[in-house]
Amino acid sequence: MEFLLVLLIGLLYASGTYMMFRRSMVKLLLGLILIGNGANLLIFLVGDINKGNPPVIPRDFSSLQGVYSDPIPQALILTAIVISFGLQAFAIVLLKRVYLVTGTDDLDQLNSDDQDI
Amino acid sequence: MLIAVLSGILFALLFLFFRLQNGWLRFIPAFLPLSLLIYFSTWLPEVAAGKEILFKYTWIPAMGVNLDFKLDGLAMLFSLMITGIGTLVYIYAAAYLSDRSQIHKFFSCLSLFMAAMLGLVLSDNLLVLFIFWELTSISSFFLIGWNTKEEASRKSAVLALAITGGGGFLLLAGVLLMGNVGGSYSIQALTAASATLKQHGSYVLMLCFVFAGAFTKSAMFPFHFWLPGAMKAPTPVSAYLHSATMVKAGIYLLFRLSPVLGGEPLWNYTLMIVGGFTLLYAAFQSLFRTDLKGVLAYSTIAALGLIVLLIGIGTTESFLAAAVFILVHALYKAALFLCTGIIDHAVHSRDLTKLSGLRKIMMPVAIAAGIAALSSAGIPFTFGFIGKDLIYEATMQTGMLAIQLTGLVLIANVLLSYAGYVAGFRPFTGALPEAYADTTKPEFLLWGPPVLLAVLSLLFGFFPALSSPLVNAVVANAGGNPALPDLKLWHGFNLILLLSGVTVLGGVVLYLLRKPADSQVQFMDRFESFSTRSFFLRLAEGIKQISHYFTHKLQNGYLRNYMITIISFLLILLCWKLVKLIPHSIDFSAMTPVSMYDVVILVMMVSAIFVLIFTSSRLTSIISLSIVGYSICLLFVFYGAPDLAMTQFTIDTLTAVLFMLILLKLPPFLTLTNKAIKIRDAIISTIFGGVISMIAFLVLQEPTHKTISRFYADNAYSLAKGKNVVNVILVDFRGSDTLIEITVLTIAALGVYSMLKLKISSSEKE
Repeated sequence: MEFLLVLLIGLLYASGTYMMFRRSMVKLLLGLILIGNGANLLIFLVGDINKGNPPVIPRDFSSLQGVYSDPIPQALILTAIVISFGLQAFAIVLLKRVYLVTGTDDLDQLNSDDQDI
Repeated sequence: MLIAVLSGILFALLFLFFRLQNGWLRFIPAFLPLSLLIYFSTWLPEVAAGKEILFKYTWIPAMGVNLDFKLDGLAMLFSLMITGIGTLVYIYAAAYLSDRSQIHKFFSCLSLFMAAMLGLVLSDNLLVLFIFWELTSISSFFLIGWNTKEEASRKSAVLALAITGGGGFLLLAGVLLMGNVGGSYSIQALTAASATLKQHGSYVLMLCFVFAGAFTKSAMFPFHFWLPGAMKAPTPVSAYLHSATMVKAGIYLLFRLSPVLGGEPLWNYTLMIVGGFTLLYAAFQSLFRTDLKGVLAYSTIAALGLIVLLIGIGTTESFLAAAVFILVHALYKAALFLCTGIIDHAVHSRDLTKLSGLRKIMMPVAIAAGIAALSSAGIPFTFGFIGKDLIYEATMQTGMLAIQLTGLVLIANVLLSYAGYVAGFRPFTGALPEAYADTTKPEFLLWGPPVLLAVLSLLFGFFPALSSPLVNAVVANAGGNPALPDLKLWHGFNLILLLSGVTVLGGVVLYLLRKPADSQVQFMDRFESFSTRSFFLRLAEGIKQISHYFTHKLQNGYLRNYMITIISFLLILLCWKLVKLIPHSIDFSAMTPVSMYDVVILVMMVSAIFVLIFTSSRLTSIISLSIVGYSICLLFVFYGAPDLAMTQFTIDTLTAVLFMLILLKLPPFLTLTNKAIKIRDAIISTIFGGVISMIAFLVLQEPTHKTISRFYADNAYSLAKGKNVVNVILVDFRGSDTLIEITVLTIAALGVYSMLKLKISSSEKE
């Protein structure tokens, strides 16, 4: 399974960068989200995965016993998911605003360097 | 002493705030160089007696940088010229500059320059000397480019700064090298360590760097071209910079370092060749100028070449000749420059083909210029005569090279005396053109300074012994024999007198035969494209174009191009290493077994990703994105991360909702790029994905360290009374992080809210 996940992460990164290379702003954002998902999975994967052992202490114990999923990557990913949502939400609204104001989402048309101004 | 050196810098600031512009107030700054002149004069008897007065101030002892000032003969000669001619230039400039509103800034720059020059000639520490050296370059930049409204003036200022600044940079390298080898930056210590320096392997390199500094500053061929360009400066500045100060800094350095680095054939012959060639080249060039200042500029370069040649000969006689000639040249060249300024000021022309008969309106100026011209030609009873005698005496004692050097100097001297006659006589003789008839007589404060300089030329000419104590001390500092007889006016009938006579006669004949004409200037302009100046300008232009090209290529303003560049670079770096690490076989047995529902999820994700990439529908792409997100959510559920699954589920739903909310406002996807670019991007991103996979795979091969998670697993309940370890980490162990995270989210939420509520004003829409 790990090997398949490795390939999946690669695919997420590849598709993410490909989308970010496009000229459309929407696609740029979609690409960013894909890469974010890939990064989350990567962190999850390197913390050793195993099935069905959530890091929750059983009823009658005071510490985790036996095999358990690593809680640290999970805490990190949780933070990452929430923060990236903040970014996504803001970017989505900004996208709408830019389109309303300029009438385009082609990054090349939005592009103007100081010489043009 | 420290105060004396730094007072110029202090006053440079003061002059900026006290605008001494009106009436007699503008002559107040002249008291600064005057008081410095008096201060230095008080030390004169001791210095003339051969003493060296040391002033030590600690500055950065850890780096061996101390403000050590040494007042010896050489420093005294230069200090007196700097402050003495400085005083006259200050007075003259106050009367000369017509734009009085800027005059305080002018004196500020001038004072800074004077202080830098003084520091340069007085400091005994090479690093401090370098600092002052650069300070002269910078302050002279402002002085040369004083007429900021003229493009030519600005350009020549930049050129001068580029040449002298670049030379200064090389000088720093030389100074550091000398300090490293000699073990000290003190010139005195280095003089003692002279033998070590000369035997060291990097002696040649040291010489190259020091020469680069000195030759650029003193306008030696092939760096001479900045000096004629610097004639765009106001005339008081030209007079000051080119007679006594700026260009003499390189001469000073060579003089000062003669006992340290000199005496080797490489040193002597380089100086003789460069100096000799510059002398001849510039003297010849001065024949073909019709601009009065142009003539003076080239004759200045020639004079500098002559001094460098004399230092290169390196005998007691040649040092004496050089020391005397420095003074001779400062006196007559400053006077000629100041006279030129008066002419320019009065009739607004410096064209030698037009100027004539001006003696009728400015007799004192004519007299001053005439005496200066005679001194430059070396007529008896002027100081120039003494100088010329000594030069011939020095060249004739060079053994094998005597005939060649004497011949060279003779030719150059004839040309130089012609230049002097042209500058000192031509504008004043002949008939006065009618256009100039109603010119007003120049005021006393303008013609006073050059007359005083001319009188000094005469005084030293009649009584050369007056200058003997000082110049003998200079010779001693340069490493010559200090026991010299006093200078004498009359040496009897000998070969030297004959040579002097030939020089004078040759100059007069040349003056009578030749008339400056525009055709001569045009003739020389034809060779302009071969000159080092145009070579340098082309070089500068080329560098500018290359940097322009690179900036445009790299900073093109397209996000994806930046990304492609960055990612490609990263790939090149990583691939190099990763290719070697590719495993030959993969051990699947150690991995978690794959179950059926895993495969279903993976297939779903992969197909969703491909749909997302290729779809042209906005709705489809958002749905595909959600499928990817929810699939990851399921993976979290399977692999023991219920909290992550919950969060991912919420967030993905919210994202989808937000997207849907603005779906109608979203632009449709257009096909903006062609196939070739798409394929290129696909290749780059595929390789990138592959590299990431590779990295992830390699990381998996490493054993993980569980000590930290063990700590949380053991202590989550006992310390924080929570059974969900992930939650405990977030809200308890790393509570502050979560607090900040919440803050970030709040800010984002505020941003989203205000952006949704913001009304677009009509002016904002294009």
